[in-house]
Amino acid sequence: MPVYFPREIIHAANGLAVGILGGGDKKLILKGDAYYQSYICHMPRSIMELVLDNHFEGFDGFIFPSICDVIRNLSGMFQLLERGSFVKYLDLPQNFKSHIGGEFYIHELQTVLKSVFDINGVSVTPERLNHSISLFNRNRELIHRIYAIRQDFPWRMTAADVYNIVRAGYVIPVEDHNAILEKVIALVIEENGEPLDKIRVLVMGAFCEQPPLGLIRTIEMAGCYIIEDDFLLGSRWIMGNIDTYTADPIKALTDAYLEKSTFSSSVYDVGNPKEVRLLELIKSRNVDGVIFAAPSFCDPALLDHPILQKMCNDRNIRFISFLYSENTGQFKVIKEQVGTFSDSIKLWEEPLQLKK
Amino acid sequence: MSKDVAKERSMIIQKEMIANHFMELSTAKETGKKVVYTFVPGNISELILSFGMLPVYPEINALQSGMRKKSGDYIRDAEQHGHSEDVCTYVKCDVGMMINGNIGPTGEKIPNPDLLLLSYTGCFTFLKWFETLERLYPGVPVALLHTPYQEAHKITPEMTAYMVKQLKEEVIPKMEQVSGNKYDEEKLKAALRNSSKVEQHIINIFDTTKHRPSPIDAYFAGVYYIGPINSGFRGTPQAVDYYAELYKEIRERIENKLGPITPEGVMEEERFRLVVEGPPNWTHFREFWKLFYDMGAVIVASSYTKVGGVYDMGFRVNPDKPLESLAEYCMNCYTNLNLQQRVDLLSKCITDYHADGFLVNSIKSCNSFSAGQLMIMQQLEKKLEIPIGFIESDLVDPRYFSYSNIKNRLESFFQMLEQRKMIIKTA
Ligand code: SF4
Ligand code: SF4
Repeated sequence: MPVYFPREIIHAANGLAVGILGGGDKKLILKGDAYYQSYICHMPRSIMELVLDNHFEGFDGFIFPSICDVIRNLSGMFQLLERGSFVKYLDLPQNFKSHIGGEFYIHELQTVLKSVFDINGVSVTPERLNHSISLFNRNRELIHRIYAIRQDFPWRMTAADVYNIVRAGYVIPVEDHNAILEKVIALVIEENGEPLDKIRVLVMGAFCEQPPLGLIRTIEMAGCYIIEDDFLLGSRWIMGNIDTYTADPIKALTDAYLEKSTFSSSVYDVGNPKEVRLLELIKSRNVDGVIFAAPSFCDPALLDHPILQKMCNDRNIRFISFLYSENTGQFKVIKEQVGTFSDSIKLWEEPLQLKK
Repeated sequence: MSKDVAKERSMIIQKEMIANHFMELSTAKETGKKVVYTFVPGNISELILSFGMLPVYPEINALQSGMRKKSGDYIRDAEQHGHSEDVCTYVKCDVGMMINGNIGPTGEKIPNPDLLLLSYTGCFTFLKWFETLERLYPGVPVALLHTPYQEAHKITPEMTAYMVKQLKEEVIPKMEQVSGNKYDEEKLKAALRNSSKVEQHIINIFDTTKHRPSPIDAYFAGVYYIGPINSGFRGTPQAVDYYAELYKEIRERIENKLGPITPEGVMEEERFRLVVEGPPNWTHFREFWKLFYDMGAVIVASSYTKVGGVYDMGFRVNPDKPLESLAEYCMNCYTNLNLQQRVDLLSKCITDYHADGFLVNSIKSCNSFSAGQLMIMQQLEKKLEIPIGFIESDLVDPRYFSYSNIKNRLESFFQMLEQRKMIIKTA
């Protein structure tokens, strides 16, 4: 489940961690609505639909990293449904000190490993885990490289294509995904296409329930290049490489979570204000404006918006905001809104004075 | 309905306790007492009080604003300041109250915090709420106490160790720094001895609904009964006295075979016994309650009265292990239980208190309670074959209280209960 889970440990245990991101706009909801009131976001009901339609047949276990109360309680619903050999709510620590939150996190990861061991009997040795970490380091490097190329040449590949390629990594082995990413980089490193007169935007708020592909396309068709986003944030959660030459790779993973996590609505930001981190991102990605796109009824994302938008107002950074759900099918209003946003920046604004 | 609505002694004591607390708060800046903002679930007030500081509970302010019909305006003001319509209205009500001068229920200004104690138990929105407060009160230190969820249906030693470490290394040092006082374990132990007594009284009080007629309403009156322990009096001798008095009064009611007290006097005929899941609506609290007592429906147990602590399953604080006890208390609050535990607890209530029906008041604001409630209903229906009712409202947003809608649904539910009673009688 979103947002972040250290997939390395499952890989090292000879398993495949599959990211479940909801049913999107493909899955018709017939049963899921009977499990959720209308004022709860869409994703958990589509996950219920998927599980009740046996789409997860053959899965051995389900891990729900802590994001919000909806996901937390969804873990309980899976427990009541008795799916898989284990259902684990992974309580990611909100204390970021190694000997406090770190120790707790290590224990959480060991609980997961024990459940996997009970299924397949594979012991995770330091060698195995170091190897897995190195594959995921490479995975993050490659994704980062694609974002870096798009930062300078956003016309070479659409944001929707990037999205699909990154999302593929949620369902296939990391080795295969790395091979795909390398081929993609070989293609986009070459010049292709023509730059269009579009503004450069950062999309924020979509870290959990994913926007439909049509929405990502709409934003780009309405006059924007999406240079940075928080879709599929888990694949880029750890910023930088994790140590792979260590006798204690679980600790290395833990230290990475404590020290190298990106910012997100699911993490308390005491001492590390998210508006400051967003500003850094705006500067480093050299964007013209921010699109706050959040799932309807998403408390974590929506309660962040006043904080982040205040920073944008104070800094004279242009932004718009709207709500979506994973199955939104009509984009006309959003297209007009984004189009007006893009036009107004193109026609009336000086380039953002924040740039590098 | 008997029209005897004379105030019981416990009500007078409670009123005085709460008025004194707000009076102390209003003079805190003059007296030099430091003020700590924190939450009801997992409120470690014993620790706050042991440092000589005063707690403020933003949820209590929000619910009071709801009862005083001020929340609608506050919420509107917060929305005008950029808050979404879709999020928890407690947060927006609190933000709106601050924008409007932070005037508390007694009409006096609530002092700004000297410490933000984010003891976050059972609700992720608390984190977001304090991120907002942190910006409204820049420079005020934040002490975060992460309470692990009981995902595996239990509290593990690692969970307790994690919390105790946070208490020792994050919370207590910040409290020492803010209050200027050293941590005094003996003081904390003394407070916990009081809490332990109060916890036992609370269990005894809510257990009286076993009687017929039930001498109390465990939801509408229950929220008043849990007032002192959830609003600054955990660990105090006043709380022990209040609960002892309350229990005495309730025992007298049992001896006299009296039903619960309602705003319109004593309920004379108990027709339906219900267990309710979910918080009440505060903006129309009286009208909401009246819909029940007019029909002779009494609530014999409610999950909401357990948000500030669950004692039904045997948990009591242990003064000999003060920090471990605080940790376990936090982890034992109702919304920190997983769904299976919630089903088990509700089902115990339904069985122990001989409920005729189970009702969910699903709160738009509160994902912590609401997400999963429909599955809880299904589980209870399957397990106990009990009639289930479902209504929707909000805590403090008056826009989401539809009187006619709720009334219609409740009427159908009561009809269903009536029919079932007839069937059982004739069987
Ligand atoms: S979209 Fe938001 S509210 Fe819904 S599960 Fe994700 S984080 Fe929670
Ligand atoms: S989500 Fe529920 S528990 Fe959390 S702050 Fe809002 S009302 Fe309280």
